[in-house]
Order: sequence, then structure tokens, then C-alpha cells
Amino acid sequence: MSSIAPPFALMAELTHRCPLQCPYCSNPLEMLKANKERDTAFWRGVISEAASMGVLQIHFSGGEPSLRSDLAALIAHATDCGMYANLITSAVLLNRDKLSAYAQAGLGHVQVSLQGAEAANADRIGNYKGAHEKKLEVAKLVTQIGMSLTINAVVHRQNLEELPAIIDLALALDADRLEIAHVQYHGWALENRAALIPTRAQFEAADALVARKREEIGARMVIDYVVPDYYADLPKTCMGGWGQKMLNIAPDGRVLPCHAAETIPGLTFPRADDLPLREIWEGSDAFNKFRGTGWMQEPCSSCALKEIDWGGCRCQAMAITGDAAATDPVCSRSPRHAAMNAMAAAEAQQEPGDFKWRRVS
Amino acid sequence: MRVTGETVPRLRRGVRRQFDKARDTAVLMAPERVVVLDEIADAIVTACDGQRNIADIVALLAARYQAPVEEIDGDVREFLEGLAESALVTL
Repeated sequence: MSSIAPPFALMAELTHRCPLQCPYCSNPLEMLKANKERDTAFWRGVISEAASMGVLQIHFSGGEPSLRSDLAALIAHATDCGMYANLITSAVLLNRDKLSAYAQAGLGHVQVSLQGAEAANADRIGNYKGAHEKKLEVAKLVTQIGMSLTINAVVHRQNLEELPAIIDLALALDADRLEIAHVQYHGWALENRAALIPTRAQFEAADALVARKREEIGARMVIDYVVPDYYADLPKTCMGGWGQKMLNIAPDGRVLPCHAAETIPGLTFPRADDLPLREIWEGSDAFNKFRGTGWMQEPCSSCALKEIDWGGCRCQAMAITGDAAATDPVCSRSPRHAAMNAMAAAEAQQEPGDFKWRRVS
Repeated sequence: MRVTGETVPRLRRGVRRQFDKARDTAVLMAPERVVVLDEIADAIVTACDGQRNIADIVALLAARYQAPVEEIDGDVREFLEGLAESALVTL
């Protein structure tokens, strides 16, 4: 009997292709082209295996997952296997027919991203003219068809002033949930950090606003809030703990503990068709490397919170300290914490330069 | 939110109850969330069919578990109000 509990969720990154070019995209800098993508049979097999392991939720993601013509078929297969299907989308390529087909296939929930509350700024950030209007149209269709709607708004220095309007817009769209996520500095976001990082004053205003709005709105629309790491004092429980709740499959079929895990040198990621998925989850080096608490160094290994946050984010420790096993510098007990705060404050005062757009090079 | 015996609880848009074979338990599935249901919680959720009101649900469970209506009534309301606050049901 294995002591490693099965994952609850599978992040299926069907493609890295996307019509938008958001400068904070969590995809890796070296994105995979269409010819590296896996076929329908591969994904069907992965979904069946994941379901039999105990995965209950699947997140169809990317890139833009609706670029795959087999998305409805994959949703239907996941639903047949007893999974709850979530779609994470930029929405600009969707329409009533596609959404109806996904709903028919069993899709329960659609998460539509917004880049802001005003078309001009939002379209600039995604570098796609007309995106914002299209997103609003699609968001309305989601609830008309009877699916649950989440609005996802990634916020940063260049759109935080619009946060009150973003909240009002999500309410007007009848969203069940609003996810307000400060940028997480991995992938493209790390490249664009100096143009995105908020000032401490902006962050404090956002915090206070979210607290007030949660109280005011209550259960009508749940607000999930991802704090900006660089101004936090305790690390987030990244991925619910490495190798504990979720697995991520990249467009080329590699199985990763999180979407940014490739930034950690020395890890190798098996493809889902190289080995049974359960063996990868339970036995692969990549999943065991930071699972549990055995890998921790001081001050983490004697910390009372070590089984609360499971050490925070390994990719962040890597990005800031150069050591993936170091204390997450978000934590006030990290020797690098003060330097990270100072860096954030200094970058936030700079005149933002041009974005480095998310593009396949 | 005023909850009475006439209130008809409904699972919210996108929320489904199902059985998780791997963990041998009933669960409530919601957008990006899984809530594990114990036996009583599952009995209440299963009774929320969009037709029954709270009084019907209480009567049903009181009969099934041969328990006093007042006791079941408190438990059912408390549980459903908790689910409503978590945006899993509407009351």
C-alpha cells in the first residue's frame, strides 16, 4: 500500500499557442510549437489514467486550449471518466457554438481572463485589438448557457488603478467567482518584472479594497485573491505542496509537478506515455525532490509552519536565490527577504519600459 | 438571507455531487474545488434536488435516521448555510 496520496487535479496544457501575448504569461520562455503537441489519443489515455488514480478535476489550459479542435472530445472523455472539467481561456476565439458544444460535453466551469476593465488598456496589455469586447461577449454566453463563470484578472502596476472597475465588471457579468491574481514572477513575467511590479502603496490599496469588497459582496461572487509575493511575509502554499495535490502535463506530454518546474535545473520530467502516470507521480525524481519536508534546510526544517506552506515556491527560491532548496525569499525568515523587498520597491519606482511580448521565437 | 422551511436549496451553477471511487467517498465538485462529504452531508446534498424545500428535507432525513425533527432541522440549516456562504448552494 502506497503512502503517497493521489492528486486531486490535473492541469492539462494542451498547447502553448495563444492569440494573446500577455507579458506576464506563466508559460516558459521557450514555448513549444504546434508540431510538438500531442494527439487526441495521447490526451485520452492520460485522462483515463489520471481518473483511475483519483484525479477529480481537470483544468484544460495552455496557451489557449480552444485552439485544439479536439477540446470538446477531451472534455467529454474527462466527464465520462468522472472528472469535473474546467476551461481556462482567453475567450477571444470562442462563440456560442463552441461553448454549447463544450457544455454539452460536460464542461462545468469557464474561467475567462481579463487584462483590465477598459478596452484600450486591456487590449494593449494582451496585444490584441478587440480582445476585451470579445471577452465580455463570451463571458455573458457562459452563464447564459448555464456554466459557472470565473473572471480571472491578473493585476500589476499598469492596471491596478482599474481594480475597483474590474470588480464591478465581474459583478455585472454575473460571475460566480473573481480571481484577482497579482502577477507571479515566473516565465514571461520575470522577464517583464520591472514593468509590472506594483508599488507598495498600490498593493496596500488593493488589499484593503479586496477586504472591503469581500465583506460587501459575500457569497454572490467569491473573490479569490493571490497576493503579490514580493510584498508578502509568508510564502504561499504553492500548488498545495509539491507533488501533493496537482500534476501538470505540458503540450509535449511531459509530466511536471508545476508549470514552472522546468526552471529548476537538474530535474528531468518523464513523458506520460513513457511510464504509468501513477509511477511518475509516486516514484519519479522530479515529484519526490521537494515532496513533504525531508528536503528542507534551516530555517524551514524546524519551522512550525512547514506543513502549512510546505516551504512555499521552489521556482521562486530558484529564481531569486539560485538554490531551489533555499527558503522561499517571500518568507520573512529568509536571509534574502529584505533584499527582495528592496528590489521590488526599487523596480516599482522605475519608469516602465516596453513589454517583452510573449511570443514564440 | 432569510432561510425558512419554505426555502428551496439548490446546488449553485457548476456544482455537482458525485462519488469518488478512488477515495471511497461522496464529494461535491465545484469550479476548481472539491469538498469531501461525510454520510450525513451527502444525505443532505442528495436531498437538494431543486424541488424539496428545507422542511421536506428535514422530514425526509428525520424519518430516515429516526431522529427528532428539531435536531435535524438545526443540523440541516447550519450545514446548508455553510454551503451557501461557500458559494456551493443558493438559498
